[in-house]
Amino acid sequence: MTVVDPAPARAARATGRTAPRLRPGVREGAPRRGTARPRRSVLLTVATGVVLVYSLIPLAWLVINATKTQGSLFGSFGLWFSGPFALGTNVAETLTYDDGVFVRWLLNTLLYVVAGAGGATALAVIGGYGLAKFSFPGRRAVFAIVIGAVAVPGTALAVPTFLMFSRMGLTNTPWSVIIPSLISPFGLYLMWTFASEAVPTELLEAARMDGASELRTFAQISLPLLAPGIVTVLLFTMVATWNNYFLPLIMLRDPDWYPLTLGLNSWNAQAATAGGEAIFNLVITGSLLTILPLVAAFLLLQRYWQSGLAAGSVKE
Amino acid sequence: MRMAQAVIATGLPATTRRARRSWRGWGFVGPFMAVFGLVFLAPIAYSLYLSLFRQQLVGGNAFVGIENYQRALGDAQLWAAFGRVALFLAVQVPIMLGIALLVALAIDGGRLYGASFFRISIFLPYAVPAVVATLMWGFMYGTRFGLVGNIEDALGVALPDPLAPDLVLASIGNIVTWEFVGYNMLIFYSALRVIPTTLYEAAEIDGAGPWRVITAIKLPAIRGAMVVATIFSIIGSFQLFNEPAILQNLAPNAITTHFTPNMYAYSLSFSGQQYNYSATVALIMGLLTMVVAYVVQLRGMRKEA
Repeated sequence: MTVVDPAPARAARATGRTAPRLRPGVREGAPRRGTARPRRSVLLTVATGVVLVYSLIPLAWLVINATKTQGSLFGSFGLWFSGPFALGTNVAETLTYDDGVFVRWLLNTLLYVVAGAGGATALAVIGGYGLAKFSFPGRRAVFAIVIGAVAVPGTALAVPTFLMFSRMGLTNTPWSVIIPSLISPFGLYLMWTFASEAVPTELLEAARMDGASELRTFAQISLPLLAPGIVTVLLFTMVATWNNYFLPLIMLRDPDWYPLTLGLNSWNAQAATAGGEAIFNLVITGSLLTILPLVAAFLLLQRYWQSGLAAGSVKE
Repeated sequence: MRMAQAVIATGLPATTRRARRSWRGWGFVGPFMAVFGLVFLAPIAYSLYLSLFRQQLVGGNAFVGIENYQRALGDAQLWAAFGRVALFLAVQVPIMLGIALLVALAIDGGRLYGASFFRISIFLPYAVPAVVATLMWGFMYGTRFGLVGNIEDALGVALPDPLAPDLVLASIGNIVTWEFVGYNMLIFYSALRVIPTTLYEAAEIDGAGPWRVITAIKLPAIRGAMVVATIFSIIGSFQLFNEPAILQNLAPNAITTHFTPNMYAYSLSFSGQQYNYSATVALIMGLLTMVVAYVVQLRGMRKEA
């Protein structure tokens, strides 16, 4: 199997709480290789700039078009402002259209993220910790099953899960979205590798000999050491639940339980139905409002997910 | 720490510690495995069961053995859909991973102006839900108020319609590439950052140039990350659903209900009520995905040795 680089964990242990990206001896910031630092290259910057522009143009398009009225969306150049500056009215209309159903979808999404991603993170953290720090009967089997599960396409499970849940009477309830979101094999794997490096076994042994219960040892000694890994897993499970489309599409019939992703698509599809009102300006503004929280979270918590990804990057 | 030191001084019999070690790990792993059993293992077992039966108008489920599997093997729609995602996999994944690798090497090489701005901006699309990404690109593809229409008007030329049947797969490939280039770039970049500096120092003493450093040090060092990224991309390609399903509103003629295997399984279940056959299709796709992912992993690891 693969071995994960322990760098961030080790660095985290050295400094206590934060997640510095790299351990000593590994490059940090500008490369310190040998004497000469490589000269910056305009050509390379421009070449990479092409990818940068490609990445940002759709987002720029979204921001620009969120300022247009339904009328000026048509027949104006997509990448520049046109017509009256309607961002304010668009936002207001998005939030109030159809008795404020967008706000309802936003609250649903928050519920799914808090319960689903929060629960998934909690399960992954305690599970990963258990796998990393205890030897128990069946540990190898757990490893094999969970690693195997990563390769199973999530959507292959969706139909049977729907049929099971519908027998249990869970479909069309928030539970049908929350329960399957609770399992993140990737999160478990990430926490496992993180915990095996970040929590010194001697420290646990010592606490146990002192008579501390396992729960207390975990809560008071291990949990603080695991903090950087927890934030990373939380970010990735948050993105997964916030962006989830297929699972709620299958499970939910009632628009009152839709998350934002399903709701936006139903607004978009509305234009295609007979007699449906085309509300592309609301679809676009709603899309912008949907991505803002995640973009903000990613920008603010950069250092965490970067250290987490470094922990997940596999070396042989 | 203080507690730890105090404890080492007192000590406990080793036997007690070993005895306590045995089952208590399950207290931590148990909750995960319980939910895992409910949402992973039970559905797999249930779909295995479903795939062996057939729903009948009269008399409920009838055991049919491998009949559903035989039907799947001869199902032209399923294999056309499979061929489509296989083509997608063969073209889109190398392009996406190639761009991601080049950008990661460029950012890691320290020769870019504003490297961290590049890193964050190119990663940003990962935070955009597939629904929003598809709607955005779908609008931009459109001739009504899209960029394609703008360019046609501005230049007075007729561009091929990105949502036409023969181009729509490429247009979906572009959306998926846009969403995941940054994510894969970051996986490669993170792996590059943990290469020990001593290797570079040694290379410099040996007089190795930048290309030699890349081919002899960097690429071999991140092979594991490349295998992982490839496997995730393979799984993603075989599961392709969101982008074509959402684009269907804008291109109903180009995207059929059996455009990808997953869309096929979905429409079998939710439009056709053919749950048993749908479960069979899902199982076959899952199995094929696992086989391909496993082969890639074996090949990737063998080259390592």
